Amino acid sequence: MKRKKINLNLLVGCFVLLFFLVTMVVSFFYTPYDVNAIAVSNKLQAPSSAHWFGTDPFGRDILSRIMAGTQTAFFVGSVVTLIGVVFGTLIGGFAGYVGGWLDEIIMRAIDALMAFPGIILAIMIVAVFGTGTLNTAIALGILATPGIARIARSGFIQNKQLEYVSAAKSIGVHPLKIIFREILPNIYSPLIVAASVAFAIALLAEASLSYLGLGVQPPDPSLGRMLKESQEYLTTSPWFTLAPGITITLLVLGFYMLSNGIRDLTDHRSK
Amino acid sequence: MTETLLKVDDLKKYFPISGGIFGRKVGEVKAVDGVSFILKKGETFGLVGESGCGKSTTGRMLLRLTEPSAGTIEFDETLLTDLSKKQMRKKRRDIQMIFQDPFGSLNPRYTVQQIIEQPLIVHGLGTSKERSRMVEELLETVGLDAYAASRYPHQFSGGQRQRIGIARALAVRPKLIVADEPVSALDVSIQSQVLNLLKELQSEFKLTYVFISHDLGVVRHISDRVGVMYLGRLVEVADSNMLYVSPKHPYTRALLSAVPVPDPKNKSNRIILSGDVPNPAHPPEGCAFHTRCPLAADICRKVRPELITDEQGHAAACHFI
Ligand SMILES: Nc1ncnc2c1ncn2[C@@H]1O[C@H](COP(=O)(O)OP(=O)(O)OP(=O)(O)O)[C@@H](O)[C@H]1O
Ligand code: SF4
Ligand SMILES: [Mg+2]
Repeated sequence: MKRKKINLNLLVGCFVLLFFLVTMVVSFFYTPYDVNAIAVSNKLQAPSSAHWFGTDPFGRDILSRIMAGTQTAFFVGSVVTLIGVVFGTLIGGFAGYVGGWLDEIIMRAIDALMAFPGIILAIMIVAVFGTGTLNTAIALGILATPGIARIARSGFIQNKQLEYVSAAKSIGVHPLKIIFREILPNIYSPLIVAASVAFAIALLAEASLSYLGLGVQPPDPSLGRMLKESQEYLTTSPWFTLAPGITITLLVLGFYMLSNGIRDLTDHRSK
Repeated sequence: MTETLLKVDDLKKYFPISGGIFGRKVGEVKAVDGVSFILKKGETFGLVGESGCGKSTTGRMLLRLTEPSAGTIEFDETLLTDLSKKQMRKKRRDIQMIFQDPFGSLNPRYTVQQIIEQPLIVHGLGTSKERSRMVEELLETVGLDAYAASRYPHQFSGGQRQRIGIARALAVRPKLIVADEPVSALDVSIQSQVLNLLKELQSEFKLTYVFISHDLGVVRHISDRVGVMYLGRLVEVADSNMLYVSPKHPYTRALLSAVPVPDPKNKSNRIILSGDVPNPAHPPEGCAFHTRCPLAADICRKVRPELITDEQGHAAACHFI
């Protein structure tokens, strides 16, 4: 008998994410200061009991802006993951289930999309459709789709040759029902893992795009843009960089740990 | 007078072998190459042969789970091979299948209740309450407790899972059941229990079976008529007792001599099967069995023997019978 091991990844990941989730919810009702209130006389204050994370060059409270920034982060992450999972599963599931030359064509297109540097593609999409929070999320969602499509496809290919699929066919179940009701529930766990990785990547990508000035636009608060704005003050006011930097890192780490945790959990069960 | 339920005529399945970057067809596997047989209502047709000879493919074609490349299947006065996909899905109410793998054939995400009532739902039979009662009855019929309904497949043993699969196949009261190696994955001690169950169900529900196995001993137990397959073709077809008492084809004789026989006198004419089954993508010319046949002569390497039926309905495909 093996002793039951604690799933540290899952525990820490959930804890970190729960913390930020609560922070985000709270920020809808309460932030220590008005997120956009400018007080130039108060600019670039070091952390103090009045401003825990200090203030920025416009005298805005950094803690308040970080709290509001998590809203954007979670919004973008959710939209990206939703787009990626829905379209990725549909495309990959279809390709994997149908197989043959259709699968061949779809997968070549997906390979081509994946071979392209992601951030450049995102910049192209944003250049065509315009910047802004929703457009950024859609662009990143399109980027997340191919990876999830691949995972869905391999899950469908593995499962479609199992006898329970033959059994469903032999009963007379409609092919669409076989895809959604028979096979899909059996690949939930790799899809959930993929979704949490997608969420982490989306957070990073949103930060990068906003850092380049292409993503989330003012006045929407964004952790990435805060990083960019803090750049020239790095030596004089390091807290301005550290606060959004550490927040992004923790959020991304949280999702990676969550995904690892889920993988461990499901691996264990399948044994 | 028993009437014909199933008439299979010259059924073929050639799987394409694709290669190269563009997935071009570079050859084909003749998995099933001209199989014909007739099955009467209430009887069992046993299909035997070594691994890869095309038994499963034949069985799956009967439900059109695998689309035939050629040939016809007439079932209960309907030409299955002429039905549209949709009509065929409806027709599957009358033809059900029992699968080999007791661990792969039940969807692990569903309870036994959901698994057994699925065919009822698909074919629009009964209200939810009636279905629950039917599931309970079916579980009892196959020898499982009613409380099994709320459990998941992984909570059962192989034999029990096979019973669940049988209950599912029975749910829609089919006329024909194709059982593809239903006991091969089970312990020997459990095999006979499941075989006996299948026999009981046959007389209770007037079922007709196509029973697939690689084990002649198992097939003998249950079949009225037996077909022996080799590389996609039937090489011998006969009533069960005829086939086992006086096999004609050298391949059947070889298979039978591998089955433990209680009569030691039979040992004298044992034929040992040597060598591997040839690659079905490149079957031997002439009689496909000539590479392993102890009686093979020149003619066997050139001319393929026809399946010839004698007055007693005993058919065999060999030049020397
Ligand atoms: N979907 C497929 N695509 C290509 N070849 C196939 C396919 N299904 C079966 N075959 C080939 O057809 C031949 C017959 O396979 P089949 O599964 O019918 O044999 P079998 O007699 O049931 O063997 P077993 O005892 O192993 O179950 C084999 O050579 C197999 O490799
Ligand atoms: S035809 Fe020839 S090779 Fe084939 S089974 Fe008969 S004797 Fe053997
Ligand atoms: Mg088989």
